[in-house]
Amino acid sequence: MMAKYLFYPGCSMERTARPYLDSVLAIREALGIELEDVHDWNCCGATEYPAISVMGAHALVGRNLALAAQQSNGSRTLVAGCSACYLNLAKTDHYMRQSPDLAAKVNNALGAGGLAYQAGSLTVRHFLDIFINEVGLEKIRSAVVKPLKGLRVACYYGCQVPRPDYDQRFKNHEYPTQLEAIMKACGATVIDFPMKSHCCGGHMTQISERTAYGMIRRLVAGAEQYEADIMVSLCPMCQLNLDAYQVEMNKFFKTHFHVPTVFFTQLMGIAFGKDPLALGFGREFVSAKDALGKIGLDVPESEGQVPAPKKAGRASKQEGLPMPIMPAPKTFEGEV
Amino acid sequence: MTSAPIKLFDEPPTDERIGVYVCHCGSNIAGTVDVAEVRDWASQRLAARGVVVSRDYKFMCSSLGQELIERDIKEKGLTRVVVAACSPHLHEATFRGACKRAGLNPYLCELASIREHVSWVHTDKSAATDKAKAVVSGAVERVVKSTALEPLHVPIHPATLVVGGGIAGIQAALEIADAGFKVYLVEREPSIGGHMSQFDKTFPTLDCAACILTPRMVQAGADPDIELLTWSEVVDVKGYVGNFVVTIKKKARYVVTELCTGCGVCEQKCPKKLVDDVYEAGLGYRKAVYTPFPQAVPKYPVIDRPNCTYFQKGTCRVCEKFCPPNAIDFTQTDEYQTVEVGNIILATGYDLFDPRRVTQYGYGRLANVFTSLEFERLTNAAGPTNGSIVMRDGKTVPKTVGIIHCVGSRDRNYNNYCSAICCMQSLKFAHLVKERTGAQVYNFYIDMRTTAKAYDEFYQRVLEEGTLFVRGRVAEVTDAAREENEEGKLVIQVEDTLAGRQRRIPVDMVVLSAALEPRRDAKDVAKLFGISCSADGWYTEKHPKLDPVATMTEGIYVAGCVTGPKDIPNTVTQGAAAAARVLGKIQQREIEIEPVRATVDQTKCSGCRICNNMCPFNAIIFHEDRMVTEVIPALCQGCGTCVAACPAGAISGSGFSNEQIMSQIEGLLLLNLEKQPAREAVMA
Amino acid sequence: MNAANDPSRPRSFLEEVVAATLGKSRLEMCIQCGTCGGSCPSGMDMDHTPRGIFALIRADMREEVLASNTPWYCVSCYYCTVRCPQEVHITDVMYTLKNIAIQAGLYEDNTAADLATTFVGQVEQYGRSFEFGLATRHNLKHHPLNMPKMAAGLGLGMLSRGRMDLTPTRIQGVDQLKRILARARELEAA
Repeated sequence: MMAKYLFYPGCSMERTARPYLDSVLAIREALGIELEDVHDWNCCGATEYPAISVMGAHALVGRNLALAAQQSNGSRTLVAGCSACYLNLAKTDHYMRQSPDLAAKVNNALGAGGLAYQAGSLTVRHFLDIFINEVGLEKIRSAVVKPLKGLRVACYYGCQVPRPDYDQRFKNHEYPTQLEAIMKACGATVIDFPMKSHCCGGHMTQISERTAYGMIRRLVAGAEQYEADIMVSLCPMCQLNLDAYQVEMNKFFKTHFHVPTVFFTQLMGIAFGKDPLALGFGREFVSAKDALGKIGLDVPESEGQVPAPKKAGRASKQEGLPMPIMPAPKTFEGEV
Repeated sequence: MTSAPIKLFDEPPTDERIGVYVCHCGSNIAGTVDVAEVRDWASQRLAARGVVVSRDYKFMCSSLGQELIERDIKEKGLTRVVVAACSPHLHEATFRGACKRAGLNPYLCELASIREHVSWVHTDKSAATDKAKAVVSGAVERVVKSTALEPLHVPIHPATLVVGGGIAGIQAALEIADAGFKVYLVEREPSIGGHMSQFDKTFPTLDCAACILTPRMVQAGADPDIELLTWSEVVDVKGYVGNFVVTIKKKARYVVTELCTGCGVCEQKCPKKLVDDVYEAGLGYRKAVYTPFPQAVPKYPVIDRPNCTYFQKGTCRVCEKFCPPNAIDFTQTDEYQTVEVGNIILATGYDLFDPRRVTQYGYGRLANVFTSLEFERLTNAAGPTNGSIVMRDGKTVPKTVGIIHCVGSRDRNYNNYCSAICCMQSLKFAHLVKERTGAQVYNFYIDMRTTAKAYDEFYQRVLEEGTLFVRGRVAEVTDAAREENEEGKLVIQVEDTLAGRQRRIPVDMVVLSAALEPRRDAKDVAKLFGISCSADGWYTEKHPKLDPVATMTEGIYVAGCVTGPKDIPNTVTQGAAAAARVLGKIQQREIEIEPVRATVDQTKCSGCRICNNMCPFNAIIFHEDRMVTEVIPALCQGCGTCVAACPAGAISGSGFSNEQIMSQIEGLLLLNLEKQPAREAVMA
Repeated sequence: MNAANDPSRPRSFLEEVVAATLGKSRLEMCIQCGTCGGSCPSGMDMDHTPRGIFALIRADMREEVLASNTPWYCVSCYYCTVRCPQEVHITDVMYTLKNIAIQAGLYEDNTAADLATTFVGQVEQYGRSFEFGLATRHNLKHHPLNMPKMAAGLGLGMLSRGRMDLTPTRIQGVDQLKRILARARELEAA
């Protein structure tokens, strides 16, 4: 029984983050998901359109919602992979539900194009949410043929999926654990990663190199601090910053970080036994070859940098006063 | 208005002689309502309804105003009085008193609110005056149906129940016992003492907490009038003010207290060590058989059954073997004791906010982030580190410490209120760190709240000692270093709002001044006692300013942090105040209960029991033998819920009977009905 | 009628910002605690922290706010919004400030504003974003000295990995989109 979803790829997944799209398409059957593209969708506006005009941005997104709502494929769920696309679609729908005034204005604008959208008629969700809450960890576990045993994975969420989270799908804005759950289900070792939902900088690379590379450096250094072999991302912008711009960041600070960053669906694909090339491996800037080679998997080389030597191991567990039990009962989001 | 006066539907003229008094309340009423017109209308139009005199006066509540009423009662033989003035909440008692002095039953006096209900909520003078007339007319019709009532007299049992053995409960118990009356002091932990027994020093004097608390504890333990029921909880409360019947579950200690000498050998020998997350705030250990701290009152240990090897696996019994007077008894069972008391004081205190909820401060994940209670245990000389301020490894002395105010307080994401004591507590921590380690100390605050006596002086002292203050609410505590000087440290990221920039300050240790929250089971306990609490769980005082230790339930008082965060001086004050109220009641021997309450006409009651579970004050009982319901007059607060619920109309309220309400409605409509034909004529 | 309701009283900048922000921003509830300024990942590089900007807004210092780089350094990470103890919708206010700043044109450094304008122009022309076009145009204008290095390194890297197109993609409904956006502009001006 395949679950059907309306799918909004977004500009990045089509090209800059092609491995993301390829890997999603590669694993969808194993997950029991069918994806139907929204017909003739337009750009969601990212963080640029609202900077010029918030009202215009809502109208821009409104066209996508209207087109999606028109396609009845047996599902009212609109799924996005890119965090910004997801946020923008969810935000417009949320604000249209909250403010009848805005809904009227957006529908007025849509009317000029012969479209209309009733707020709340679609539910906007991200792949991470769908995989955890609809597909379920059991199914993911059962699809694994090559467990990623021994691979130390840093799970990077970025900002716009865990925050502001209008529909409260994530219990913890600061320290979510869903991605870790998926990686664990694929057999990987997940590391503690305090920077997991800190900002990658978004488009700051185009504004100020110093600020942008500083933000990227923090994340990469954080992953390295906890000895990650590889980092996974769920957003094309984040992945671009952490991957392509990791190289530029190293040049800027004269550092030698080597933390390959791929999309989480790519690692899922590996665990499901799919062909690495088809999953988009080889197209990253910071090569993942060595990291995956460590656990006996052969993925294509990408002309990346020379991996830097591993940092010394961390101090062993301390004796002394007792630590509080984590996670705390009831009010804290712990193991999924 | 020229048409003939309308006859009210079924109301016959009355023999009662009614006096109407319309108050100006300065310009509060007179500024919006034409008082003279209302007076005249009452005098003329309502003469047929029994009004024999109608007056107005600037301030009816003044002595002269009251005398007007008293004189008219005597001279004109008034049988009913209507005072059109402010809300009954304010002066109902005043005017009832005036009537009583003049020889008229006080419940034959009716208040008509033409201030809160009219002049304070309307601006259109003409409409307001008409409404005032209507309100007065309604009151007149209602008071005709009033009956003379006598307050109920209920004897007060001289014993008192104090729930909670912290400083508030101890203070209250001591004061009542000092006056020679019996107190049952119930405490759920093995020893009394409460949170104060966990602290090291108390602000602003830096008195050692144990030194000032333990003498009181000993006194409470030794007083012949105080019966200590520790390791116990209240499980049932029945009755009403003056006559509560309370059932207390005394959990089995598995120690025979008559034989136990408190020598502590059992605790020494017990092989089962576990983390003590009550008294040691999770920072230290205790045994399965334990007394929480050395100065415990009473001195008898308890066996923690779920963690005792004997109870869980059937082996060990070491404590039994080694106990010199053979005081260990594994066969003990929980006992239930029922007591009769006249008054109850709830002093159950607070729980600390769990900072694991504020993920960005890293508590629980980062070893060297501590809560305020954990820090108290660190500084306490009898604590897990014997008073040394060290990091989580148990040995390293920190060189820099950051203390964060307002964790979980003043935050709509957690608790919207200020926890009152954290600023002073944080200053105290800063002082202690400086004194014992010489470390560099930073305090991170939003505002500095040092309001009470000697508090701001304490702030001055801490400033003198060289603690650095950063005005900014900490954004994050992290171990992700950016610079070399941050490696291996905890970095506090904060905006120094006074300097106007973001700072990252590396420290060794972080202390979180966490919010005070209601006890986790506060709502259940409130339900048990039948008192109300706010949405977050703080108990509700009868009046936040003028009656902070009483509750809406007669006979139940509150003291200490159970109503909201407060410091020790205020807690002690409230304990004493609650005791004074109780002593006052006990001295009266009996109290008067307002006769405004519901009664069940048992001839009409069909025994459907719909009303039984509706009473918020547990005032309804059902007689199984006769299949009828009865309202306990002393508990009934006259809320009217059961009156409305009864499908047979068998319940009526004295002071708010169905007849009174129907009459009042007709009185209210009188003016409207008279005006209507005129309006219709205009529209035609 | 009291002073607060008097229509002839000039509107303060705080009122202007609050009115221009969709929904309840709760900006007037700010207690200046600094959580936003402390959380902001780009806060160190802003000339005023978010909290600082709100203080300036309340002080009616319109020009200084609109000249500041603060809204342009906001990366929409929403840390401030979820951590704010007074539940001020900070990120939404930042977008409002961006909108007002574009119209006022008072900022000293127009790099970010320009990026947004170029991006929007492309979306309105093609219906999709066009990374290659955006990067080229933007860098030529604002980081021209960087161009050769970036083109050779990142640019070529993206092209060779098939992660960038040299030509834009156009949606079918470009005209439809243009009509919708034009109407939105009219509604906003009204």
